Amino acid sequence: MTGINIDKLNVWFGDGIDRVDAVREATVKVSKGESFGLVGESGSGKSTILRALTGLVPTWSGSMEAAGETLGKKRSRHFYKKVQMVFQDPYASLHPRHPVDQVLSETLRLHGFTNIDARISKLLDEVGLGQSFRFRYPHQLSGGQRQRVAIARALAPQPEILLLDEPTSALDVSVQAEILNLLTDLQTEHGLTYLMVSHDLAVVGHICSRIAVMQQGRIVEIMSIEEMRALQPKHPYSKHLLEASLGYKRQPVSD
Amino acid sequence: MSLLTVDNLWVKFPTRNGIFDAVRGVSFSLDRERLGIVGESGSGKSMTGRAILRLIRKPGEVTANHIMLDGKDLMQLKEREMRKIRGQHISMVMQDPKFSLNPVMTVGAQIMEAYSLHAKATALETKQKTLEMLEAVSIRDPERVFRAYPHEMSGGMGQRIMIAMMLIPNPKILIADEPTSALDVSVQTQVLGIIDKLVQQRGMGLIFISHDLNLVSAFCDRVLIMYAGRIVEICDADKLHEAQHPYTQGLLKSLPRLDAPARRLEVLKRDPAWRDAESVSGIK
Repeated sequence: MTGINIDKLNVWFGDGIDRVDAVREATVKVSKGESFGLVGESGSGKSTILRALTGLVPTWSGSMEAAGETLGKKRSRHFYKKVQMVFQDPYASLHPRHPVDQVLSETLRLHGFTNIDARISKLLDEVGLGQSFRFRYPHQLSGGQRQRVAIARALAPQPEILLLDEPTSALDVSVQAEILNLLTDLQTEHGLTYLMVSHDLAVVGHICSRIAVMQQGRIVEIMSIEEMRALQPKHPYSKHLLEASLGYKRQPVSD
Repeated sequence: MSLLTVDNLWVKFPTRNGIFDAVRGVSFSLDRERLGIVGESGSGKSMTGRAILRLIRKPGEVTANHIMLDGKDLMQLKEREMRKIRGQHISMVMQDPKFSLNPVMTVGAQIMEAYSLHAKATALETKQKTLEMLEAVSIRDPERVFRAYPHEMSGGMGQRIMIAMMLIPNPKILIADEPTSALDVSVQTQVLGIIDKLVQQRGMGLIFISHDLNLVSAFCDRVLIMYAGRIVEICDADKLHEAQHPYTQGLLKSLPRLDAPARRLEVLKRDPAWRDAESVSGIK
C-alpha cells in the first residue's frame, strides 16, 4: 500500500515572464511506514513539494495521492487528520501568546476529539516533555522543547503521514540527536510514514531509507541509503553534493 | 610573539535575576593560525568574538586583564581609537550577509567605503582595488557586481562580498562568526576555500567561530571548545576526535554519521560540574 504517491508534479509561481517553475515533473512514491528524504540545495524545490502536498501552494499540476485520497483543489478534513507537517523553525511556528496547553487543545478540538485533557497529557508524555510544560508559553521553552511541542501538535490528530521540513536545522547537534531519536521512536510506535526535507545528508541518512536528490526543481536521482553510504551515486550532482557534505578538504595554495 | 592575547575575559549582562555571565574568564592567544571556537548556542562563543572588538552594547559589560594587540591593550583604548582598530587591524565576518550589508548602497560603494576609511587613495585607485578584491573572492563578473545592490546577490555571493569588504583594509586578524552556516553545503566549501586561501596568502590570524565540529576539525589548526561561557578543552584540530573532555566526546557522538549508521544516536548527558570547572587557558 502506498502512503504518498506523487506523479509528474509541476509547481510554479507567478505567470507570464515572471513565471518560475519551482518543481518540474517530480515523481515520488513512498510506501506506508517508509521514511523518504528529499535533499538538494536551497531553491531546488524540495520544500515546495511538501507545501504543494499540504495545499499551501495552489498552482500545481500532475497528480498527488496521500493517505488513500486523491488530492484535488481542496483537501478534505480527513486529509488534514492523516497528514501533518512539522516546520523548520520552532521559534516561528508556535503562537507566541498561546501556552502549550492551548496549542494542543485547539488542534484536538478542531479535529473533533473528545477527552481532550487526557489526550494532552498523553501527547506531552509521548514527546518526552512531561506535565510541567503544559502551561508554559513558547518563550519559556528552549529550541528543542519547542520542536517537541510542534511534533506533539502534529501527532495530536493521530496522523499516518508526517511531513518534516528541516526539523532539526535550527537546533544544536546535541538537541538534534534527541529530536532524531524521538522521531525514530515515534515511527516504530505509530507506524508513521515520513517525508523529510533536509540539506544535511547525514541527518537524512539517519532517518530515511531512500532519498531523492533534487536540482533546479527536478529529481535527478533516487537512491537507497545503502547506495549513498557506499558513495555510489550515479548522477554527477548527487556526487558533488555528497562530497561537499563529507567535509572541507584543504586545497593547496598555489601562489 | 602572538598576534593577539586575551587574558581573563568576562562578558556580563545585568538581568532581573542578577548578573548573567555570558563569558567567564576566557584566556587565549592567537598566532598566524586558524583558531576555531566551537560550542552550542549560548556557550558564549560569539560573545567572545564580539568582545574582542568591543562590540558588546550597553548594558552588557566587558572586563579583561588585557586584550593585547601589537603591544596595545584594547581595553584601555577610547572609543575613537577603537574605531581605528576595527577593520584596519581586526575585522569580522558575521553569519548572515543579508543582515550585514547595507541594502540601499551598491556593493561597490560599500567596499570602497571600507577601503577609503583606512587608506589614503584616489577614487580611481580605490575602485581599482575594489575590483581586484572582488576578483580575489572568485566573483566572476566584478564590474557588474560592483554596480549591483545586495538584494540582487545570492547568499553565497553576499558572503563573498562581506569577505571582500572585511579583507580590503588588509587586517592582521579576521574573526569569522559562523560565516557559512546560512549557506548551502556546496557553496559553503567554496566560501571556506576563499577564506582559507586569503588567510594563508596574507599571513593573517583567523578566529573561526562555529557550532559545526566536523567543519572546524577539518578547517582549523587549533580548537577551543566552549561550554557555558568557559573553555573546557583545547586541542589540535586534527586530534579533535581524540578529545578527552566528556562534553566534547558527547557532542561528537551525538552527530549522525554517513559512514557509521546507528539505530539510535547518543544523547549528551550534561554534568553540572562542567559549568563550575575553571576555564582552561588557551595561551600558548
